This record gives sequence, C-alpha cells and structure tokens, in this order.
Amino acid sequence: MTVKTMAEYMAEGTEPEVLFWVGCAGSFDQRAQRITKAFVQILNKVGIQFAILGQEEGCTGDPARRSGNEFLFQMMAYNNIQVLNGYGIKKIVTACPHCFNTLKNEYPALGGEYEVIHHATFLQQLINDGRIVMKEGGTFKGKKITYHDSCYLGRANNIYEAPRAVLEAMDVELVEMKRCRTNGLCCGAGGAQMFKEEEQGTTRVNFERTQEAVATGASIIAANCPFCTTMLMDGVKNQEKEDSVQVLDIAEMIAQSI
Amino acid sequence: MSIRRNINLGKEEVFGGDTGLRWKNVLLLAFGQKKMFKRMTPAILHFFVYAGFIIINAEMLEIVLDGILGTHRLFSPFLGVVYPVLLGMFEILALTVLVSCVIFLIRRNVLKLKRLTTGELSGGWPKTDANLILVTEIVLMSLLLIMNACDYNLQQLHAEHYAQTGPFLISQYIAPLFSGLSESSLLAVERGAWWIHIIGILAFLNYLPYSKHLHIVLAFPNAYYASLEPAGEMHNMKDIQNEVLYAMEPDKAPTEVPADAAMPKFGAKDVMDLSWKSLLDAYACTECGRCTASCPANITGKKLSPRKIMMDTRDRLEEVGKNIDANKEFVDDNKSLLHDYISTEELRACTSCNACVEACPVSINPLNIILELRRNLYMEESNVPQEWMQMSNNIENNMAPWKMSPSDRDAWAHS
Repeated sequence: MTVKTMAEYMAEGTEPEVLFWVGCAGSFDQRAQRITKAFVQILNKVGIQFAILGQEEGCTGDPARRSGNEFLFQMMAYNNIQVLNGYGIKKIVTACPHCFNTLKNEYPALGGEYEVIHHATFLQQLINDGRIVMKEGGTFKGKKITYHDSCYLGRANNIYEAPRAVLEAMDVELVEMKRCRTNGLCCGAGGAQMFKEEEQGTTRVNFERTQEAVATGASIIAANCPFCTTMLMDGVKNQEKEDSVQVLDIAEMIAQSI
Repeated sequence: MSIRRNINLGKEEVFGGDTGLRWKNVLLLAFGQKKMFKRMTPAILHFFVYAGFIIINAEMLEIVLDGILGTHRLFSPFLGVVYPVLLGMFEILALTVLVSCVIFLIRRNVLKLKRLTTGELSGGWPKTDANLILVTEIVLMSLLLIMNACDYNLQQLHAEHYAQTGPFLISQYIAPLFSGLSESSLLAVERGAWWIHIIGILAFLNYLPYSKHLHIVLAFPNAYYASLEPAGEMHNMKDIQNEVLYAMEPDKAPTEVPADAAMPKFGAKDVMDLSWKSLLDAYACTECGRCTASCPANITGKKLSPRKIMMDTRDRLEEVGKNIDANKEFVDDNKSLLHDYISTEELRACTSCNACVEACPVSINPLNIILELRRNLYMEESNVPQEWMQMSNNIENNMAPWKMSPSDRDAWAHS
C-alpha cells in the first residue's frame, strides 16, 4: 500500500492528481479503516497519483454544525480551508458522504472552492474510462445485493445512479428495497445522531432499516458511507444474521473484484 | 393582510439563482403537482378536486355575472350548442370532485389512515378543519347539481327566463327528484341553491386564511421560493464566520465596532428568528403528513413529527400576530416556539436526512426550522446532551469526534 501525504509531494516538488480526504471515520474507526484501505488499494492498482493530508486533516465540522455548534464548525472549516488552500488543492475525492457534502456545498461560502467527488462517482468514472477492469469470473457475479442510499449522497446531493452503476459493473443481481432512492430510509446516524443515544421510541432507526434490507433476501447490503456501514452492521447483528448477511462498502466490493 | 405581515416578521433571506428554474418549479410542483404522484391514490383524487376547482371557476364567472347583471345563464345565447356541452363537462367535474371528497372523508374517518389521523391530527381543530373543508366542497358541488336539475325541470315547464338548453349530462339523473314540484317551489329550490352556493363560496374564501386549506394559494409562491441549493447544504452564519476569522486573523477585524451594534442572536428561539420562507412554509402547509410518514424518527416511534413542527410554527406565528394586533407591537409573552411549542426531545431526534423535505408536495422545509432551533439550543442555552458535548470537545481537541490522538490519524496507512 503506497500512501503519500501532501507534505511529501510538496517536498518532492510534485503534485498529485487528486487529494483523498479520508475523514474521521475512515481514519480512526476500525471498520471504516478497511474501506479506506480498500479504496487506496484501488487507487494504487489503477495507478492514480493521490495524496492524503495525514495529520493535517481535521474533522470537516459536519456533526458539530448539525448538532447546533456553528462556532466549532466554523473553526474546523477555517483550519481545513487554510491547509487545503495552502497546498493549492483543486480536486478532492472522499469515501464519506458527510465530508463530501460539507466540502462540496458548505466550504465554498467560506473561501474553500474545490472540485469534490464522492468515491461512488469516482469509481464509476474509473469504470467508464476502462481504468478499473474486473477480474474474470467476478467475485460478486450473480450475487443478490441490495443497495442502501445514504441520505447525504442521495437526497442531499441527488446522487442515486453512480453507486448503482458501480454495482452493476460487477454483474450483481441488484434487488431494491421498497424505500430506495429519493424515498430511501435513513440509517439513523446523520445529524450527529452517530454520537449520541437515540431518543425514546419503539425501535431504533438502524433496526428498522436493516430489517427492510434483510427482508430483500440479499446476502450483501452495499453502502457508500462509513456511518451507514456501522449502523447497518449493528442492525444485522441485532437480527443475528451476521453469518448470512454482509455489509460492504462499494469500494470494498470493487477492491475484491479487481 | 395580517398573514402577509406575519410572514414578514421572519428574517430576511435572499432568494437568488435561476429565475427560470424557479418558474419551472412553480409549473412542475405547484401546477403539475409532481410530488403528489409519489402516492398514486390520493394524487389522482386530489387531481380531480384540483382540476374541478380550477375549471369550475369558469362556470363561477357566469354565476357571479348572472347575479350582478340580473340575467340567467348569460353565456348560453353566445355559446349556443356548445353551452350544454360545456355545462356537461362542468357537471362531470362537479361529480368527480364530490366523489373524491367523499372518498377523502372515508379515508379520514372510516379507514382512519395513520397519516391522516394520528399525532397532531388525532383531534381538535386540525381534524375539524379537514372535515369541514371536505363537507363544504361536497355541499357546494351538490348545490351546483341541484341547481341545474331544477333548472331543467323549469325549462320543461317553460318558466320565464329559463333558456332552453336541454338536459345536462349529470343533473338530468337527479332532475326526476324534483319533477313533482310546482313551478314556484322549483324556482325557490333553484334560486335557493344558487344563493347558498355563491354565499358558500364567498364564505369559504374568507375561511381560507384560518384554515390549512390556504395551501391552494400559497403552494404557488412556496414553489417559487423553494431552495435551489443542494438539500444537504446548511445556511451559513456570517456573524460566526467573521468572529472566527477575526480571532484567527486579527488584522482583518474592523477597527471600530459601532457602539449600538446589536448582540447577534444565534439560531432561532421564536418565529421571528426564522427565515420568512419558513413562515411562508408554515402557512402553506395543508397537514397532509407525507413528511411525518417518511420521517425515520417518527417511523421508529420518536416524538418528532415534521408536520407538527410546521403546525406549531403557524400556531405560534398566529399567536404572535394577535399579540401585535392587540398591543400595536409585539409584547413579550414569556413564550417562544422553542420549548412552549416544540420540545428539545423532538428536535434531538432529527437525523437531518431530508426525507421530510423531499416528501413535501408544496416545497416546505421543516428541516430548516429544526436546525435553526437546534442552533439556539446549543449556542444560546448551552442545552446540549452530554454525549454531544463530549463529541464537540473531541473535535476541538483531537480534530475528530472520538477521543483519538490526532497523531494517529494516518496510522491506518502504516499498519
């Protein structure tokens, strides 16, 4: 695995094609680290010159802003934009739809304007350009898979087809849940819910969603967000279906298919 | 009008962007009712009522002009044979409106569909309002048909003023009900129906401002002012952005701060702190509950209901409006939208998933209100769950929402 930081490119006097914004989950969460590594594996295999910010990266401020703490959001945004603009970053790819949304939609008003791409779109482009070639036989060929739309890629940014195109490129049998695309049901993590206990209710949001996903009979629930992945995995555990149902990020699936 | 004044109590918000796109939204979302068609059955029934409402207005023109000019069936001589055909069309519409409204009543009161009967719609004024609207529409349409039926009977009797138009498409079937009546009784019923119909319509128009039915007007401006930004984007708070900027780069701070500069208020505590669009949203809401039915928090039994957020906002705004009417300006009543109407428990349950925003057929955004109230809770009241406090501390100190060492941020790359 070859991973270089922006500082290292700078020292060499070269520039990467794209900055990979890893995000907090992708950096620290053990489950999400596997997604990060899978994505890096794809970038390495395809031969894309990419950089990470490494220790210079900080939370985009998304959960702070949505919990109501605008001060902290603005502080995080200020620091990140200083770093990004300092390096003259033009293009960013990220595997987290929350980071994607904040970088793409909320940083421009604060002086941070970049071309920001979510890894679902990025992977679709690589497939379309013929840079990602699936291996013979196909790891997931014919497998029954359902896709969970994350809110921040879907409704927040209207990206529904790119991740599905990535799945279709692996010749999977895609079964949709009733609540999909614009009607997709949240996993329960957004709006900083990931970091606190849910309010009193009849069930948990992730249980409700996972039940729907498991009911499709799919053996894999495909996701595009580290938080959804965690939530859905907890849901699968709750149903004691860990042995028959896997939750995988589309990057992990591609990494296993090339 | 007081509704306009009330909406203008909201904070200014600039609505830029592509005007063409805004008109397209009016055309697709308001005129075309595009989002209604996510739920087919109510969409079709609603479309009947909507089409009936729009097209029968042409007949209303004749009815009103007849009243003013003292004529009867003013358009009949000009339109000749087309007239009965047109009236037949209006009658079909009147019947479809009538039948649709009956089905709507059944859905609410007999089938008791969850979306239409639970939570904030389980009783009281919202329930009465909904039924009142439907019953009124049924009565108005019945009057139209009764009027035409008696008219036809009067034509048979060659009564004075009653032009020979022949039987009408639908009302001919109820005409026999009145055929036994004398000419004077028929005249009384026909005139009676005409008067009640027109008074009913005028009364209904005056009822609109007090009713959720106002959506028939406000759906249009609401579609025009619908956000054109990606739904995931939160409004920037310029005051705080600048404060952070001046703290980091003191040379950029203005040297002189005007002494009378008001202390900025963070987020929204009451309706006046919300954008005027949020207040327009509140008046445009017809309480259909598509937002609540799609809300993950509500689906899983939490207290949050986006529809209630909108209804609370309107109720509080009305209360503030009455306060201003009585006192000439707003006099503090020790109440606010936050806490007195909307609880922290409701606000905390939101996942900001935008399902409510997506679901609304008339471009209402409950999420904006929720997030503005949350900002107030956090920054003005420091009313924050312990776990979020911890999260904020972690972000501030470790640059991540978890208690992890920042120097381990790229540890994954070396393992």
